This record gives sequence, structure tokens and C-alpha cells, in this order.
Amino acid sequence: MMAGAAFAVEPDEILDDPVLEQRARDISANVRCVVCQNEPIDTSNAGIARDLRILIRERLVAGDTNAEVYDFLVDRYGAYVLFKPPVNTTTLALWIGPFVILGIAAVATFLGLRRTKTKPETLSAEEEAALAALRKASDP
Amino acid sequence: MKRILAAIPLVLVIILGGFLLWGLNEDRDPNEIPSALIGREMPELVLKTIPGLSDGGLDPGVVSTHEIALVNVFASWCVPCRAEHGPLSQLAVDEDLPLYGLNYRDQADAAFEWLEELGNSYQGIGFDETGRAGIEWGISGVPETFILQNGVIVHRHLGPIVGETATRQFMDALNAVRGAS
Repeated sequence: MMAGAAFAVEPDEILDDPVLEQRARDISANVRCVVCQNEPIDTSNAGIARDLRILIRERLVAGDTNAEVYDFLVDRYGAYVLFKPPVNTTTLALWIGPFVILGIAAVATFLGLRRTKTKPETLSAEEEAALAALRKASDP
Repeated sequence: MKRILAAIPLVLVIILGGFLLWGLNEDRDPNEIPSALIGREMPELVLKTIPGLSDGGLDPGVVSTHEIALVNVFASWCVPCRAEHGPLSQLAVDEDLPLYGLNYRDQADAAFEWLEELGNSYQGIGFDETGRAGIEWGISGVPETFILQNGVIVHRHLGPIVGETATRQFMDALNAVRGAS
């Protein structure tokens, strides 16, 4: 959790039940504020973020599971409101795209490295002869 | 193999160029959240009008009787709404479309005075004091304008329909809906 996360949640919003309150905080931290888009509603001071925080708490008090609360929000705002979008056909590229690119890069690097690996060249017969001559000359 | 390798830089440039063209398109707004409600019935809530007014409110049973209707989310505290109110009212008259309102997170007297001052061109207004109806509609701010076809949400416009670009975008969407029906 972020250190500054407590500032936006106002005292009157906080639930008496600490377990439910913690669940509400955890959900709020993963829900994007639709006005200030890179901020979770947990830390946002926007009016609609407050409305959504209160709504999440009401649903938890009414007995909703976390998944049901997320479904409620996604139903109205789309998967966009979740900072961690669900894995499905529309978000598949988002989830596996980076790994596909990494894989392509790995294959390309592997092929590139193998190509540049040069075989040690053997000496030609003339060079062998010259080398032998030098050895002989340097022998005492 | 050599030929394929030689073509790689060209392919990369084309892919990169495609992304840049897409990214630099002036009509693309990266902050625009696609509405999750497109293609769905409008929220079932029946909302009463602003206290002091006598219209029938925002009622799905009534809105769905129109082949095409507009629902404009507005508030008296919203400055762009003030700018949009006149042109949008005129657009609804010109296009012969019923215009409904969703008065979002507003105070009754402030909303009443706002309409007194600017003129009330809404056939019915839903008074959403708490903002709960706004959440049902999936709105992210005001103003927003929905195009409904027989009660089904077919388009959402974010921000005021004021000025050339926004008006053109909205009219394009409206004409697309009309063309398809």
C-alpha cells in the first residue's frame, strides 16, 4: 500500500468493521478514478471517486464478494477502471504481448550470435611449412 | 534468408510509422474511456425531475419510445455545460430530436435557477443529487451526451458539444446512427 493513501478517504466513509474496511481499501486501490485517470479512487479527491468508494463499502456491507464488486464496476465502466485488467480475449494482447516481443528478441539474438561465431581457420600447407621452418631455425 | 534479413529494417519502419500515424491522429484522445454501455439499454432507473419543475423526469419507458433521443448530463456548477447548453439546445431543435437531461450531483435551487437563466430545452430531466444515477450511466464527468436509439445507448460524447471539432464529431456519430437505422 502507498504511504499517502489515507488522505482521500474521509473519516465519515470509513466502516466500523476493520475487515470490511480493509477489503474496501484493497478494492479502491485497484480501481482507476475516471476523472484523474492515473490515480486510484482510494487516493483521489474527485467527487465521483468518493461516490465510488462509498458505493463499494455499501456493497461490501450488503454482503458482496470482492469479485462481485469488481463486476459491478466493470459492468458500468468497462475493464478500463481496473488497474489490473482481467485476462480475456480483448486483453490477451496486453498480457502476452510483452512476452511475445521478448521471445522474438531472444530468438533473434540467439540466431545473430550463432551467425557471428566463426570457425577457427586451419593453416594452409604453405603456412604449415613456413611455421615448421621458423621453428627449426629458432631451435638451438 | 539474406533478403528476409535485409527487409527487416523496412518492416520495422513501416510498423513504427503506423503506430506514429495512429498516435498523432488529432481525433484520437488518449484520455477517452470507451463507454461500457454502448449497445445496452439505458439504466432502468426512473428519475424524478428537479424540484420546482413539472416535466416527467428521466424515464426509460418514455425515452425508449423515441427512435432517436439525446440524453445530456449536465450540472449548474459545470462551466462547459453553460457553454454547451445553447448550441446543444439549438442542435436538438435543428435535428428535430428530443433532448433529455441528467442533472448530475447538483442542488435543486441552483439547477432550477440555472435553467431559468439559460432556458430549459429538456423534455424531461432526471435529478441525480447523489451522483448514483451518474454511476449507473458510467459517466466520468460532465458534460456528456448520449445518443439513444429506441432506448438503447448507441453513442457517448465526452465533453461539451461546442466548436467545430466537437460538433463535427457528434454530427458524424449522429449521422452514422441514422444511416444504420
